Amino acid sequence: MTTPVIVPWQERICTLARRVRWRVLEHTVRHNGGYLSQACSAAEILSTLYGHLMRLGPSTAPPIPPPFTGTPGSPAATASGGTYNGPCAPHFDRFIMSPVHYALVLYAVLVETGRMAEASLRQFNVDGSTVEMIGAEHSPGHEVTAGSLGQALSQAGGIALARRLKGESGRVWVFMSDGEFQSGQTWEACQALAHHRLDGIGVYVDVNGQQCDGAMGDVMTIEPLAARLEAFGWQVAAVDGHDVNALALPALAPRTGRPLVVLAYTDPTRGLPILAERHPRLHYVRFTDTAERDRYQTALATLGGQAG
Amino acid sequence: METVSRVHAHTLVQWAKDRPKVVVLSADLTSSTESDLFRDTYPDRFFSMGMAEQNMLSFAGGLAREGFHPFVHTFAVFLYRRALDQLAMSVAYPNLPVRLFGFLPGLTTPGGVTHQATDDMAVLRAIPNLTLLEPGDATEVESVLDVVDAMAGPVYVRMLRGEIPRLFAPEAPMRFNRARILSTGSDITLLSSGICTEEALRATHALRTRGVSIMHLHISTLKPFTDPTILAAVSRPRHGVLTMENHTLIGGLGSAVAEVMAEAGVGQRLVRLGIKDCYAHGASRPYLLREYRLDALALVQAVERLLNEPLGIGADELAAVRLEAVHSAAKAEGL
Repeated sequence: MTTPVIVPWQERICTLARRVRWRVLEHTVRHNGGYLSQACSAAEILSTLYGHLMRLGPSTAPPIPPPFTGTPGSPAATASGGTYNGPCAPHFDRFIMSPVHYALVLYAVLVETGRMAEASLRQFNVDGSTVEMIGAEHSPGHEVTAGSLGQALSQAGGIALARRLKGESGRVWVFMSDGEFQSGQTWEACQALAHHRLDGIGVYVDVNGQQCDGAMGDVMTIEPLAARLEAFGWQVAAVDGHDVNALALPALAPRTGRPLVVLAYTDPTRGLPILAERHPRLHYVRFTDTAERDRYQTALATLGGQAG
Repeated sequence: METVSRVHAHTLVQWAKDRPKVVVLSADLTSSTESDLFRDTYPDRFFSMGMAEQNMLSFAGGLAREGFHPFVHTFAVFLYRRALDQLAMSVAYPNLPVRLFGFLPGLTTPGGVTHQATDDMAVLRAIPNLTLLEPGDATEVESVLDVVDAMAGPVYVRMLRGEIPRLFAPEAPMRFNRARILSTGSDITLLSSGICTEEALRATHALRTRGVSIMHLHISTLKPFTDPTILAAVSRPRHGVLTMENHTLIGGLGSAVAEVMAEAGVGQRLVRLGIKDCYAHGASRPYLLREYRLDALALVQAVERLLNEPLGIGADELAAVRLEAVHSAAKAEGL
């Protein structure tokens, strides 16, 4: 007789995160390019949200995403990518993806959580596909069109206000990048959410210190981010963004009337030390030659062994 | 001519009474946009968003996604200049039922260049999914809400406030994408919009006494611009077509009419009255309409040029014209 093995949730989430990292690296090696550092920094955050924190129903979308057929309001509009996050219902949570150049990472999470078929990734950045490089609201897992960075938090605020007016219990989780805190609209949203006491909002920020031009400290400093957000009236937690316990804890605390933000400080090369050689230009990786690609192939094999 | 005060303030409260999905957002211009009465009557449906229009536009998008009809109130310039990206990406692209009420169109404010929406129609005509409406009198400010409500997607209303003349009978409400025929005639076809229609009526009144036969259309739907009445009207006149708008000459009513004429191959002269590709400054409305050649006298002079004859109509005569509220002069089907 065998006894069922109880795997603690932390172990399950860490495995999920390793698999997300592996999948994004595998895709990057295969296609000679990708948003690799975003997977390294955000794997635990998104895995904790999807695998442990968010109350989502099962996906109502086809496992293989349909092709792009039309924009919202057009006669053959493509279904919302939010359907991969399950049905909208009063008690279910919602997920809003803000930095949509993380789309590949989100797709990997959807695959690893059984919300999208593995084969879907072959449609990534393929003409006519909804599995776009920069996600829009027809892309799997994406509920709003957030590619003009800094708009998603405000849109999520409107959704949270509407849900409060309707008396819904579900929360609205927003994933953001730290670069978006350079944008004025983000701070407009922060003051509005605090003013209207929209504590149904919970924001996870991947504070990886990286942006397109390089290290954020060189481009435009946003620190001290925690103090600034506290001054704006938010409930702030600053945590190690690779520690799944620390990531989960603030979201499990009772709501305070203040919107919640979890500043997840992360390492954009976590799990892939070879990536550090490219510091500080980590935003998008394209291999310089075959030799570099081969070294990443080796790293992939190592990561694959860990991912199980 | 009757003038009516705070038309939108009163209409909105009455109209929204049994429409619980209607919520109002304001960016620190609540009394200036006549949404104060709504705020005081339905405080649970009014949301102060502060002087932060970008957030307000995206917030409105979020509310609309959840089934509400956000009525966003602020000065027009802050909707389409300051928050254009948010208007396009958070509202227009997802085709959401957000209702944008942009106040102080063109030269209607002494607030100067920062407050004068002189290029809103040009900018917003280029935004897909967006319906563009412009009331021209109290009756249209009252009835525009029904037109807005029938639209599944986003709508921008170039709104009037304060003391507004009643040019059109209350029984003749604004109709979507339908020109209002104010007079029929064969010499000249005149298309006017917004506050220009009042000035145009003064001019056409005087012109008729000189035997000039004018087909006058008041245009309240700027997008779409597909009313067949318009093409029929611009195809016919003996001497040419005139447009008159409280807006820059580039991209507004005159441009839309030019596009219709060119695409249909209408071989008529077209004279456009509007702001001549320049910024304005702060002063009273009558002063600005005179300075920027957008008053009744400017229209008379444009007609004189088209007819190539002096008509002997002066400013005093135009100022003395008494306007009465009119029904539509003819049914569109009668054309």
